[in-house]
Amino acid sequence: MRTENPISVPWRRRSVVALFALLFSVMIGQGVNLQVLDKKFLQEQGDARYLRDVAVPAHRGMITDREGEPLAVSTPVSSIWINPKDFQASAGQLQSLAVLLEMTPAKIRELVRERADREFVYLQRQVAPQLAHDVMALNIGGVALQREYHRYYPAGEVTAHIIGFTDIDDSGQEGLELAYEKWLQAQPGKERVVRNRLGQTVERVARLAPAHDGQNLTLSIDRRLQYLTYRELKAAVQRNHAPSGSAVVLDVRTGEVLALVNQPSYNPNNRNQYQSTAYRNRVVTDLFEPGSTVKPFIVAAAMGTGNFRPETAINTAPGLMRVGSATIHDVRDYGLIDVRTILQKSSNIGATKIALSLDPKYLWTTMSDFGFGHAVGSGFPGESLGIFKNYRQWGEIERATMAYGYGLSTSALHLAQAYAALLGDGALRPVSFVKLTPEQIAAMPTQQVVDKKIVMQMRDMLMGVVSDEGTASQAEVKGYTVAGKTGTVRKASPGGYLEDNYIALFAGAIPASDPRLVMVITINDPRGEKYYGGAVAAPVFARVMSGAMRLLNITPDRASEDQTKVAMVGGQQ
Amino acid sequence: MEFRSYASPGNSQANTSLLYRWHIDLPLLAGITTLACASLLILYSSGGQDLNLIYRQILRFLMAFVIMFVMAQIAPHHIQRWSPWLYGIGLALLLVVLLAGEIGKGAQRWLDLGLFRFQPSEMMKVAVPMMIAWYFTEQVLPPRTSRIAVATLMIVAPVFLIFKQPDLGTAILVGSAGVFVLLFAGLYWRWVILVGISISGMAPILWNYLHDYQKQRVLTFLNPENDPLGAGYHIIQSKIAIGSGGIYGKGWLNGTQSQLDFLPERSTDFIFAAFAEEFGFIGVVLLMSLYLFIVLRGLYIAAMAQDTFSRLLAGSLTMTFFIYVFVNIGMVTGLLPVVGLPLPLISFGGTSVVTLLAGFGLLMGIHTHRKLLPA
Repeated sequence: MRTENPISVPWRRRSVVALFALLFSVMIGQGVNLQVLDKKFLQEQGDARYLRDVAVPAHRGMITDREGEPLAVSTPVSSIWINPKDFQASAGQLQSLAVLLEMTPAKIRELVRERADREFVYLQRQVAPQLAHDVMALNIGGVALQREYHRYYPAGEVTAHIIGFTDIDDSGQEGLELAYEKWLQAQPGKERVVRNRLGQTVERVARLAPAHDGQNLTLSIDRRLQYLTYRELKAAVQRNHAPSGSAVVLDVRTGEVLALVNQPSYNPNNRNQYQSTAYRNRVVTDLFEPGSTVKPFIVAAAMGTGNFRPETAINTAPGLMRVGSATIHDVRDYGLIDVRTILQKSSNIGATKIALSLDPKYLWTTMSDFGFGHAVGSGFPGESLGIFKNYRQWGEIERATMAYGYGLSTSALHLAQAYAALLGDGALRPVSFVKLTPEQIAAMPTQQVVDKKIVMQMRDMLMGVVSDEGTASQAEVKGYTVAGKTGTVRKASPGGYLEDNYIALFAGAIPASDPRLVMVITINDPRGEKYYGGAVAAPVFARVMSGAMRLLNITPDRASEDQTKVAMVGGQQ
Repeated sequence: MEFRSYASPGNSQANTSLLYRWHIDLPLLAGITTLACASLLILYSSGGQDLNLIYRQILRFLMAFVIMFVMAQIAPHHIQRWSPWLYGIGLALLLVVLLAGEIGKGAQRWLDLGLFRFQPSEMMKVAVPMMIAWYFTEQVLPPRTSRIAVATLMIVAPVFLIFKQPDLGTAILVGSAGVFVLLFAGLYWRWVILVGISISGMAPILWNYLHDYQKQRVLTFLNPENDPLGAGYHIIQSKIAIGSGGIYGKGWLNGTQSQLDFLPERSTDFIFAAFAEEFGFIGVVLLMSLYLFIVLRGLYIAAMAQDTFSRLLAGSLTMTFFIYVFVNIGMVTGLLPVVGLPLPLISFGGTSVVTLLAGFGLLMGIHTHRKLLPA
């Protein structure tokens, strides 16, 4: 260097070294700053970018019939979702994706644009495994799968009203899926995973909470009986051109529901055609006036006083009777008949005279004990209470019309429960949709309503109804005795009772000598030639029960007439 | 200077060593080779253990080493003679590139020569300091004012052309290479201060010449949290990666931010962040020391140079290399705005490696072609 330099050699050298040292210290300083001082904050920020706490899917409990046959099962499926922030697809990829998902590329692009501020958007939920595999094979950035479960109902519309259904997030919306939500519900676990920028899980780091699958639920339903009931009710509703109908079968000894069917029904696996009328579980929710099916309870109450016996004679002549301003009719003038015949012929006048002779408070108490105006206690969502006015509000007309089933209302499920008590052992039991253990059955709270003796007499009298002389001859089942009662109720409307619209009812128990099953059938507004309960509802009982007796392997308690004849012929020879 | 014990004219043993006769400077070679090996190691991790990437980088290094070797063989006075020609050709090529860019569309930095693509701006990193050094060697130092003005023009012309490409990073490097020669040639301090002030004063005017994305980068640098998912994303992710490394680092192949793809450009411009995450503060200090060693060796070569041209060129090349390191690390650590510059000798990428090693070849040539005085 030359001495005339304005910046002397050592100076220049020193200034370069100084600049150099300064910049170096700045770099090292920033290193200390980031890697020592800010380390904790930056590490947390870093962890926040790749550590994710995610749900571990667990499946909802299975619902089975009493034999363990599945009625609702959760099958694993995949849902396809996108992270709009990371979504990167070439035109070709987008086209292939759109074709697979049956969407248009424009629709997908629009979705991505609309939800650009989100990080999770479902593209399509619950797709078949093969489709999910095909979509992932396209290897598009920002597209990922989520494991979910799809609820499937193998029995479809046959059990639709009992089981109900879940929504797409697997929570119960209707029926027992709703009632037993807590029990069936899965508890997803939680785990910590490492995810890359595209949201793909790279590694599982820690299990934070274990996943618990929902508990299974065994119903009291017998699938075979359910199918049978479904088939026969559907046929009857069609045959009679009725808009709707219901049927329910109870186990008399335990109060378990063995079959429950409504028409119209719906397919819970495909609920695209939503129809609120088809969704209703009419057996549980719909109230109707029980009509003549209430007469056996009036008679049972009367016999409980000790003043009435099956043979007690009552004059029903001349076939019409004035109570206050109203006139009560029988189908024809039956004259002087006993209590048994009143039930067999379903005499309104006979029932009215019995009811009017009873103390209102006593009658109300007995009927209440049979569950009229009370909840069935099945726990089924939307269960109706039934309407049964307090005796203090009864006038003479109410007391009279109540005797043949008007002025009070009940559900098919309750009517079945009441008949189970009346023809079983005289005690009212809660109704259960869940299969009961022997211990539960033994510990079941029962309420004795009438004596066993009266029960025997009621069985006997109601067997007379299901005979060639009675109104319910079409409910007869070959080889078995049947006790039951028909009802044909005029439908009420806001403007009063309708002239030409009826509900056809039948309630019965089989075998009558020691009932095992009780069944109630309602056919709403039959538009065919026939509308009587004995002609419309009773045949359903016969068809279902003849099959049920075989399915449940119940010993016949009556030799059929043919067999009797064969036996007699054989005896003579 | 500190490194007298290395191959120096005074050391007769080293003088006669094979490497010295082949014009190779052992300390520089050792430093560069260590960096190259480190580069392959870091690339293997940040590139997702892609061996193909490694092979390509190895090939590039081999080519660059050959060029370095060739450059080292040329005596400084030849270089000095060729300087104006090289500068002239470079400037012409820059114009061609710019015109080709106007005709085509968008940014244009390349000249397609069929066999390979050539980036004239890279050539200017070496040609500009050569030219300025040549220009000042013709006269008595310190230069007269008029000479400084001409030299300034010689720097500004190519810088402006590169800036228009637009390639801010390279423009800065080429500019600083020229300015370092000016500084070493000897400027009055008032000149240095005046230029500093005038550049600050012109900043608002220069601002208007910046492209929108360049303005955005500066704004983002000033406040990265303003736009954490857009322009600020790079710098936030980069700082997080570096900070996550802590003192000891997460270990080779274990850097989550880079391995999980959160760190952008992790094999190229932001490779320092990937390195810092895996090797921690200790690794950063080691890497810095390696750079420091190379820079000090370069400055020593400059100090030992026997003629003005060699000294100016060696000083400028060395300091430009340092600026290269500083700008990259500064931008990755959030000290400087993001300008697209790779980390020298570490980042994946071709042209810069070749230019850098050509520069080191020149340094070696300057050092090994001295006329040795008898001991």
